[in-house]
Amino acid sequence: MKHLSEEQLIAYQDGETAERDTAAAHINSCAECQAELNRLAEMLAAYQALPVPDPGEDYGRRVWQQIAPRLQEKRSHWWQVFLEPRRLTAAGLVAALLLVAFLAGRVSKPVDHGDAALTAKQVRQRVLLLAVGEHLGRSEMVLMEIANAEPEGASMKQVNLSSQWRRAEELLEENRLYRQTALQEGDTGIANVLDELERVLLDVAHSPGNVTPAQFKSIRQRIDDDGLLFKVRVLTKEIERRENIGKKGPAESGSAKVERNNQA
Amino acid sequence: MNESVESVRAADAIAIERTLAGDRDAFRVLVERHSATIFRLAYRLTGNHHDAEEIVQEAFLRAYQKLEQFASQANFATWVYRIAANYTIDRMRQRKQEDARKQAPSAEMTEDVEQDPLGQIPDAAPTPERLTQSVELRRQMENALNSLTPAERIAFVMRHCDGCGIEEIAAALKSNSGAAKNTVFRAVHKLREMLEPQLAPRAMARAMGTES
Repeated sequence: MKHLSEEQLIAYQDGETAERDTAAAHINSCAECQAELNRLAEMLAAYQALPVPDPGEDYGRRVWQQIAPRLQEKRSHWWQVFLEPRRLTAAGLVAALLLVAFLAGRVSKPVDHGDAALTAKQVRQRVLLLAVGEHLGRSEMVLMEIANAEPEGASMKQVNLSSQWRRAEELLEENRLYRQTALQEGDTGIANVLDELERVLLDVAHSPGNVTPAQFKSIRQRIDDDGLLFKVRVLTKEIERRENIGKKGPAESGSAKVERNNQA
Repeated sequence: MNESVESVRAADAIAIERTLAGDRDAFRVLVERHSATIFRLAYRLTGNHHDAEEIVQEAFLRAYQKLEQFASQANFATWVYRIAANYTIDRMRQRKQEDARKQAPSAEMTEDVEQDPLGQIPDAAPTPERLTQSVELRRQMENALNSLTPAERIAFVMRHCDGCGIEEIAAALKSNSGAAKNTVFRAVHKLREMLEPQLAPRAMARAMGTES
């Protein structure tokens, strides 16, 4: 019996489809090739398992601190970008997102190129909804944890917010981007909730890992006074609703319901 | 909460747009989100913590400088990964040329000790015997990786550690898919050849603690 060549074995292990059935039939009936294939798979698995050191949870922040001083600000201004469709820098990505959504059956028909301006706006809204929806989910978790935190230690004089502090710092920058983008898109419902959320995230991000009960009370008071957790949940639901409408037909242009809730 | 692929891409799109609009700090979101992935790639390619950190920084600096060219790309994560791979291959080739020029025998003797990343990694193996065996095997695996050409190493890591497609590897190597496929094959062939004497069946998986 003619054994499989090394190239054929590697191709088979790699999942190549050409002549796969023939190779599989041979491997099943040949102990020698079966053993070779196992040895190859074990070697590859061992390489995959070679340890890579964990750079740490704050690695991204450290990289940013190292490179930020070396980055020159781009010269264009936001209104140039937003008023000049050819320079809509996310356009390629937006088109890809739309294609992904279309292929996944999330939109019922392809883009009508005759109405490109409207379509671009709809897709921009969808991009914003997707990003903000996910951001609100993570923010709600941080707010919930703060709401449930208690003083700890023998003296009960400290509240440990170190985990929330780190995540609030990460969320803060994203929050600012989404708030500004929502404002530019004229979506004041989203912008207002993000504005309130930003103030709390700022408080947490500027707190030390351990806060005194008085500092903790002040942070929690701000969350409670603004009814922030409730507003975040309402906005999350509203975004889900708008996303569902967007999947079925044209996206809504505003978020009046959220604004009504904000005023309540 | 796990971010969906779509929501990550949406978040990236907004950050890119804001960065290009003159908001430099918006780029921070991209750096924070993707640094760890690029570090893992860079470490696998170099086996060295310090080199990996330098590659991550350079990859993001280059990504920032070339961000205007991103419009036609679909995925920032893939794009910056490719920038890192491109930069690493140039850097590795340059280093090999410099090493070849130096040809200092004394440096060769200390190379393993200096470049072996295993000494920096705490080993979780429970017994000293197993630790020795495992560290020795890892050293041989690392040496085998070090003997690959830069292109072979990148092709192997992208394909068999990160699960990249052949087209993606071809783009990183600036070659075509046929050549990229051959490079992956050559890398696997060389590694097998070099490790064959040490490889009793299943020994490797046992030593790495990956056997079930």
